[in-house]
Amino acid sequence: MDLRLEPEHEAFRGEVRAFLASRRREAEAAARGAREDVLRWQALLIEAGYAARSVPVEYGGYGAAPDILKTRIIAEAFVEAKAPMGLAGQGISMLVPTLLDMGSEEQKRRWIRPTLRGEVVWCQGYSEPGSGSDLASLQTRGEAQGEDFVINGQKIWTSTAHLADMMFLLARTEPEAPRHAGLSYLLVPMSTPGIEVRPLRTMTGRSEFNEVFFTDVRVPQTSVVGARGQGWAVANATLTHERGMLGDPNAAEARLNAIIGMMKQETVHGERLMDNPVLRDRLMQLQGRVLAMKFNGMRLMTAARDREPAGLAGLVVKLQGCELNHQLAALAIDVLGELGVLYDGSPHLREDGVWQQRYMFDLGLIIGGGTAQIQKNIIAERGLGMPREPSYPRTGG
Amino acid sequence: MRFALSDEQRQLQSTLSKVLKDVAPLERVRQFAAADEPVAQDIWAALVDVGVSAILVPEALGGLGLGLLEAALVAEALGGSVAPAPYLGSAVLGPLALLKAGSEDQIRRLAPLMAKGEVHTGVALSETIAGARDGAGVRAAEGGLSGAALFIIDEAAADFLLVADLEGGLHLIPAGGPGVSREPLRTIDATRRVGAAQFHNADGETLARGPATLNALRDAAFVILAADMLGAAGAMIDQAVAYAAARRQFDRPIASFQAVKHLCAEMAAELEPARALVWYAAYALEEGLPDAPLAAAHAKAHLAEVTRFIARTATEVHGGVGFTDLLGLHFWFKRIGLDRQLLGGPERIRQIAAEMQGLV
Repeated sequence: MDLRLEPEHEAFRGEVRAFLASRRREAEAAARGAREDVLRWQALLIEAGYAARSVPVEYGGYGAAPDILKTRIIAEAFVEAKAPMGLAGQGISMLVPTLLDMGSEEQKRRWIRPTLRGEVVWCQGYSEPGSGSDLASLQTRGEAQGEDFVINGQKIWTSTAHLADMMFLLARTEPEAPRHAGLSYLLVPMSTPGIEVRPLRTMTGRSEFNEVFFTDVRVPQTSVVGARGQGWAVANATLTHERGMLGDPNAAEARLNAIIGMMKQETVHGERLMDNPVLRDRLMQLQGRVLAMKFNGMRLMTAARDREPAGLAGLVVKLQGCELNHQLAALAIDVLGELGVLYDGSPHLREDGVWQQRYMFDLGLIIGGGTAQIQKNIIAERGLGMPREPSYPRTGG
Repeated sequence: MRFALSDEQRQLQSTLSKVLKDVAPLERVRQFAAADEPVAQDIWAALVDVGVSAILVPEALGGLGLGLLEAALVAEALGGSVAPAPYLGSAVLGPLALLKAGSEDQIRRLAPLMAKGEVHTGVALSETIAGARDGAGVRAAEGGLSGAALFIIDEAAADFLLVADLEGGLHLIPAGGPGVSREPLRTIDATRRVGAAQFHNADGETLARGPATLNALRDAAFVILAADMLGAAGAMIDQAVAYAAARRQFDRPIASFQAVKHLCAEMAAELEPARALVWYAAYALEEGLPDAPLAAAHAKAHLAEVTRFIARTATEVHGGVGFTDLLGLHFWFKRIGLDRQLLGGPERIRQIAAEMQGLV
């Protein structure tokens, strides 16, 4: 254990701070959200090495050696300066690492640069109405016809599908093969005829997800990443990147701090919420959990840098992190009491109703990206070496 | 920056687990629990042999000069084996109090003896941290200490009692000296000896920097108790997983039922991040980082909650036999139960954590 920064990293922190201080105007413009300002900011960040940092230069990145600590220093300095981070999203966080691992040279050259620069937006087409946790049973077909695949089927839980230029999706291209060996990972333009996107309204009252319908959608066979029939392995590599995104301990700490601020400020009968010992005890319980996840995150960062397996410390992050965020939202609602149920621009609304919105949306995150129950199977099987459930005769797929 | 144990620290863990497997198997724990031994001398001697009593004493005084993280790893190993050893008093809080609050003369006289494991220290800090019960509390006056102390940790082994008076002053009182009468308290946990004492003008040595040191002792105790719970709960998960693999019902190992697997996964998911919290708190205290006391308090309170859940759940995974004396699983269950309350249960400690941050 040695949590001091080495001189190289101290110096790096100074560089990032200096950059942010000199680019305040561009950062503020990007924070207002106009597309050209956001893209200009992203280009600046890539050039400076604060976005796409370890992506090779020939594919449009900055080309630095991976240094997870520098990545963290960047994130901290941006939070400190209240500057918008580089773009995230499924294209940058999931597809780019997957292409770097498994894409063809042509795919890398074609897709990575515009994706990093925010010029091409991606969505993910994995889950189907009949294939959630049992993803390998998916039924969307990609039938080989000449040089093309013809895709028919339906995807669900597709966030940003209505904004996306491209989709990476799993389709069954080898119907005769065993189910895991029958899938291919395809890159599909959303403008292809036969694709219909319908927003999926969730319990939050918003449409954070979509359903996407495919009717005779024709894409060239060169759209496959990896090889035909290897889609499962490619997708699993992508999912690993997704689970790293969910359950982020920094988000939990930010929520905790927001609740502390609220409990100091809000009053009931003139008494600060913080002076209510029951609520304060709940706050302290969650603070203990937030700290545990934060330090677990530091442990994982060291393991990743040293290329050592993280074991249970890594396997539990999605389950525990999502649950913790959900509990924080629940506490925020409870400390607000009756004010906590206001929503949708109501008079007396606090913080734009964000806590109810998070409380509901977080339930989606507990279920999505591998349900809590699937996570527990993974922890038990891979982390504790417990046996799989005996299989039940299949009904198809 | 590196958030991981060093090779030396891992070596310490494996040395201890070997020693404890040898000298403190469950049969030996049972024997200690059933008899009236104040100290398991064979176990203590083996621990002294590998340097456990010397861990925090500087090398110049005959110690190993290691820090609280190493001390926490020892506690984790002891908890894992439910080992009967007066560790918290004799190897951690006794030496720490002496080194931080004692005079040069006191340190030169006592530290080498503590390092050799020849002086045992009982810890009477409960009233100033957890709060006074049943009218307990010790006052310092011209003529010596008077009053009562409850929940004295490692009381039975003690040559000295480390006593905090109600002003936060710290005193080393000869445990068998005039004006001191002691009695054992029987707790659920028979692997450690907790007691009570009455003082009537009891004489001893005052440690000069007592009030300034009390919080540091409290924080160290929180981390060591948290680490003991970490070890005990880890051992309970290991036993539950092993039992589930061996036990068959409905023609299959019960480990293949998701109902059982999910209980085990929940235990592991709760405990593993808590390990990082214990490591951080121990490291931060050693380095004197500003957030160290808060991390220590949260380590104690959070481990108390997480390990209570594990203690009951691991027992449940064992089914009926977990509830009997046959496997001895209850030794771990009760060890966790005592650690949870010693020097304050989680509600009390979260109150302390809130006070530290100026939230109260």
